[in-house]
Amino acid sequence: MKLPILTTLTAALLSSTALADEIWVTNEKDDTISVIDIETLEVVRTIETGERPRGITFSKDFSVVYICASDSDSVQVMDPDTGEILHDLPSGEDPEQFVLAPDNRHLYIANEDDAITTVVDTVTRTVVAQIDVGIEPEGMAVSPDGKIAITTSETTNMAHWIDTETQQLFANTLVDSRPRHAEFVKDGTELWVSSEIGGTITVFDVATQTEKAKIEFEVANIHPDRVQPVGFEFTAGDTHAFVALGPSNHVAVVNSDSYEVEDYILVGRRVWHMDFNADRTQLFTTNGVSGDVTVVDVASRKAIKSIKVGRFPWGAAFRPTE
Amino acid sequence: MRKTSVACAVACAMGLGLGSAASAQVEVAVHYLKQVVEAPPTLSNLDPIPDDLGLRGAELGLEDNITTGRFLGQTYTLAVTEVAPDGDFAGAARAALAEGDLLVLDAPADMVTAVADLPEAAAALLFNAGAADVALRGDRCRANLLHTLPSYAMKADALMQFFVQRRWDDIALIAGDRPDDQAWADTLEASARKFKLSFGARKTWAFDADMRRNASQEVPLFTQDLGEYDVLLVADAADDFARYISFNTWRPRPVAGSEGLRPVTWHRVVEAWGAAQLQSRFEDLAERPMQDRDYATWAALRAIGEAVTRTGAADAGTLRGYMLSEDFELAGFKGRPLTFRSWNGQLRQPIPLVHERALVAQAPLEGFLHQRTELDTLGLDLPESGCTAFEN
Repeated sequence: MKLPILTTLTAALLSSTALADEIWVTNEKDDTISVIDIETLEVVRTIETGERPRGITFSKDFSVVYICASDSDSVQVMDPDTGEILHDLPSGEDPEQFVLAPDNRHLYIANEDDAITTVVDTVTRTVVAQIDVGIEPEGMAVSPDGKIAITTSETTNMAHWIDTETQQLFANTLVDSRPRHAEFVKDGTELWVSSEIGGTITVFDVATQTEKAKIEFEVANIHPDRVQPVGFEFTAGDTHAFVALGPSNHVAVVNSDSYEVEDYILVGRRVWHMDFNADRTQLFTTNGVSGDVTVVDVASRKAIKSIKVGRFPWGAAFRPTE
Repeated sequence: MRKTSVACAVACAMGLGLGSAASAQVEVAVHYLKQVVEAPPTLSNLDPIPDDLGLRGAELGLEDNITTGRFLGQTYTLAVTEVAPDGDFAGAARAALAEGDLLVLDAPADMVTAVADLPEAAAALLFNAGAADVALRGDRCRANLLHTLPSYAMKADALMQFFVQRRWDDIALIAGDRPDDQAWADTLEASARKFKLSFGARKTWAFDADMRRNASQEVPLFTQDLGEYDVLLVADAADDFARYISFNTWRPRPVAGSEGLRPVTWHRVVEAWGAAQLQSRFEDLAERPMQDRDYATWAALRAIGEAVTRTGAADAGTLRGYMLSEDFELAGFKGRPLTFRSWNGQLRQPIPLVHERALVAQAPLEGFLHQRTELDTLGLDLPESGCTAFEN
């Protein structure tokens, strides 16, 4: 539905402002992306997307950006310079989250309404495989060697382990209620899965798919029911995880070796997802209810600014411009 | 008189599998029993009660369980029995108990307790998904009976929290003259007093005129002598006259209870906390929005599923023990984990306050505190429940 004039305008805007690195934020209820300039910490561009944009990720060379337009039932491929939608990928219904495999070619997409993980070849733009998983698949991860893909299913409460060679499940492991996000860490030896309603992160040993640790959270003066881990990301060297705790409005800082929580940082309301800047000294969290992004200084573990974006910001992705 | 679906044939055949929790293969048979109740005549038939109310929620819960069970070698079946208005509900329950010990009951309170008291039900696990009566969570509670439908008390408390927060301190009430209306009105009144709100006039609506013609003339007069109040409660359990009250009151005041701002178990306007996904799954299945009793039957099936997933067992005793333990929690799309009250078997849950077009608030509201969980500010708390069946 994009009018040509808008594209021209955004392109014109871009040429004058795109000097610094950026954080791209999807606004679930505005059907837009807000682009934050990391130098000025201001929104410098707003780009229209399909309906209900949620997951967002750049290709490894940052030449295109992939966007889950959930209610448009498509994954959109956008030119980040012009904001132009280049084409849609076949995604299955209601794509919510996805992950780009290390080969920079295969997208693993969670189809929330269909209990399916769809594997799409971004080059041929075809569906390579569809894998039956649990109900409401959401969290997606691929191991650094590309051999294992993970889907977490929110209602089935499992991490499903997919052999990317055969595109078959080879393990299903229970986690606490409503798993939302998954990440491989420490060179792919560990898998972390957050459980929103369970209030925990389960750490798996990847070689054996067994539970190695469980991380619990406790925010002062906030009832445990409201401490709901969702998205998380790791600092340089995977030494610490920053974990969004949803409606507790805090981000936890977890020591990745001891699995102890070291700090809680107050951010905006219902914090969802996040990404870092290039050297991981700054963290940008999306706060769904307050409609803003909190900038956290990683060294001091303090929130330094909140930036108004669109309605219900959801995903965040870093884009270098150098 | 009684119709038994094809699913029963499957479930009945698998009934023997119960109790084989030790093996990797777990077969879970649940029986949904519905007492068909003839609704009293109402002034408007704009919103007919779906024939499959409750049933569809159970079916969705079954589907959710089957998907999860597939990865764990656990199979689920649902048998369905609907008992005609003049049928023998207890007899149908007895037959169901002969096949398995997990029953979801969608019936009036008297029939629910009659089933719970059957000798055959002593070791069974029953879920009440159809009766909101407070007494079932109080002195008429039963140890083998859990409640996934919120009580009238939970709904009334949710409303009162909203009034307190908005400082709508003075309340008037109109109730229908049927027993259900009066029970709902009594609960609202008790709740208002509990929250220290000022409870003023209470009138009984006993007109038999057709309000589609006369509401604009009769309601102003009827409400003229209610005195000063901030909000008018309407207790109309059968959805008979309440829709004609809004905008016709003598004083321009908001209406709540059975009309206007309503406390519900579930409603199509509930969207947050992933609820949109549950709504769309339900609408794909039932081709209509999910309602209170659909949610209650869904929650019963899912509670069973969750307990089976975590324990690997399918027998009523193990499942009941787990559900009442601190380890149990159900993700119910209401923003926080749902758990069972250990003193009366009620499923704790937030109560959405809605009007037809949007969610207004979700109780418990901020500032209503409780030493155990804020959810226990809604409904019968431990000291007041009067239920002793769970003490052991």
